[in-house]
Amino acid sequence: MSPAIRIEELTKDYAIGFWRRRPYRALDRLTLDIEPGEVYGFLGPNGAGKTTTLKLLMQLIYPTSGRAEILGRPVGDIAMRRRIGYLPENPSFYDYLTAEELLGYFAELFGYKGADRRKRVDTLLERVGIGAERRLQLRKFSKGMIQRVGIAQALLNDPEVIFLDEPMSGLDPLGRRDVRSLILELRDQGRTVFFSSHILADAEALCRRVAVLAGGRLAASGTLTDILAFQVHGWELVMANVSPEVLAKVKPAVRNTTEISPGRYALELSLDQAPDRILADLTAAGATLISLNPMRDTLEDFFMKRVAEMGTGARAPMAGDDHASH
Amino acid sequence: MRAIRSVAVNVFRESVRDRVPYNLVLFAVLLIASSYLIGQLTAGQDVKIIKDLGLAATSVFGLFISIFIGIGLVSKEVERRSIYALLSKPVSRAQFVAGKYAGLVLTLAVNVTVMTVALYIILAYMVWTEPPTIRAGWDAPGTDPRLLKAIFLIFIELMLVTAIALFFSTFSSPILSAALTFGFYVVGHFNADLKNFDRVVDSKAAAYLARGLYHVLPDLSAFDVKTEVVHGLPVTFGYLASTAAYGVAYVTALLLLATFIFSRRDFK
Repeated sequence: MSPAIRIEELTKDYAIGFWRRRPYRALDRLTLDIEPGEVYGFLGPNGAGKTTTLKLLMQLIYPTSGRAEILGRPVGDIAMRRRIGYLPENPSFYDYLTAEELLGYFAELFGYKGADRRKRVDTLLERVGIGAERRLQLRKFSKGMIQRVGIAQALLNDPEVIFLDEPMSGLDPLGRRDVRSLILELRDQGRTVFFSSHILADAEALCRRVAVLAGGRLAASGTLTDILAFQVHGWELVMANVSPEVLAKVKPAVRNTTEISPGRYALELSLDQAPDRILADLTAAGATLISLNPMRDTLEDFFMKRVAEMGTGARAPMAGDDHASH
Repeated sequence: MRAIRSVAVNVFRESVRDRVPYNLVLFAVLLIASSYLIGQLTAGQDVKIIKDLGLAATSVFGLFISIFIGIGLVSKEVERRSIYALLSKPVSRAQFVAGKYAGLVLTLAVNVTVMTVALYIILAYMVWTEPPTIRAGWDAPGTDPRLLKAIFLIFIELMLVTAIALFFSTFSSPILSAALTFGFYVVGHFNADLKNFDRVVDSKAAAYLARGLYHVLPDLSAFDVKTEVVHGLPVTFGYLASTAAYGVAYVTALLLLATFIFSRRDFK
């Protein structure tokens, strides 16, 4: 099966500076294959090159070198755009239009007419939770509501491949949950979702595979478990009803103890310390388990480590530089 | 075609929501007030002055719309980033440029039509109120249909100015686009002088430069037949057709150039 998205050696340089223009590499020889029907997380800190990649895929900018295909067609193919959806980062639309009018306008571009168009617009607005506000001009919308409208317009044409640039941005916890379940729903329908985020939790909840970008270059790619498993550096055990005597008994095996409230403690265990034995001791003494979680580096830590390992600082060298050391 | 039409309709809707039609109210008030005042001051010449004023106002109001909306047509989309979502739809950059242009031309067409109707209503009122003895002294009938010839060329000129504004807006800031478009408009009206520049300067280089500019810049004075129609002088259909063809050819060249530049732009 051919990939839904194929990115080969994609590179983008910008000229920066006013008088003496010098090149700046925003994306350096990115190569990725995204399979049909998968939710693929495109992760990286701010400025890593995620939005640049998405803009290249939407042909909002042109690559310096390399190529990309979506659904087997070059990214410049207009007909292919009937089969994809795109949510830009911090989307902005025509603020003089109502949500209904905006979606109606975009639906028209996909060939929806009359009653079909109205029905499609209504369905999508309902799906993203925009009710009576649909008849308000977008200038009166909050950031979170604009984000919801942005998601609706990305799904207007029932796309096979959906590109979401920071889809959780500006959303409240309820909105984030809605978007997560929407992405999973799209996955269950067999659609491909390629979404960028700098929040690891989003990727953990949704993706099987991810790519991590740092300084314009691919720092890691693969299944999330593979690339982050080795980053687990301990366990966090949260217990309630812990008596001072029991605490004193287990303390030598605990790396760090934090009292959350009287009788409730967060215990940090090192990775080589099996949590089940301490857990058994504590529960036998009447303590109650609240949670047990692996302690991981944050995604930011992971980026920093990877960038340092790559040995070239935060930004990729320019074309013509020696790449042999990578 | 569908994409061009949808983009054009959206531009028209934007201009309505941005209260562009308010200029029509101003136009009507200006004409009514002027006809009343001029009627008090002059005898026999008032209808000619109203024709002059009506045509000039149609041209100036249209010019403001062409320049001030035209310069924002593309740059505003890029600035507010609404272009990101739009260009991810099945819309080519050429269709986007054509749609934007068509939308503003549609706005201008509605504007010029309403102004024309308003002008004819005022003129019909003047014909109705003036005594036959005064009407007999007029160079041309009060509600002279030949005014439409001047209005037609004003409209083609506005189409051309819009294309110039759009062209500049594909690669420069709104302020610079406005200045350049206005500059083109002014120079375009004095373009005929460039043709004979060698008669007033000794420098051959300056004369060649002027001649070159004459060929490159639009000759906007060709679109101005206001004086002729107001005084009842002939303006042939052949002249209208050739001038309109010149305008359309210029517009086409500008749109092709605008599309060429816009198609290569990165939206950072």
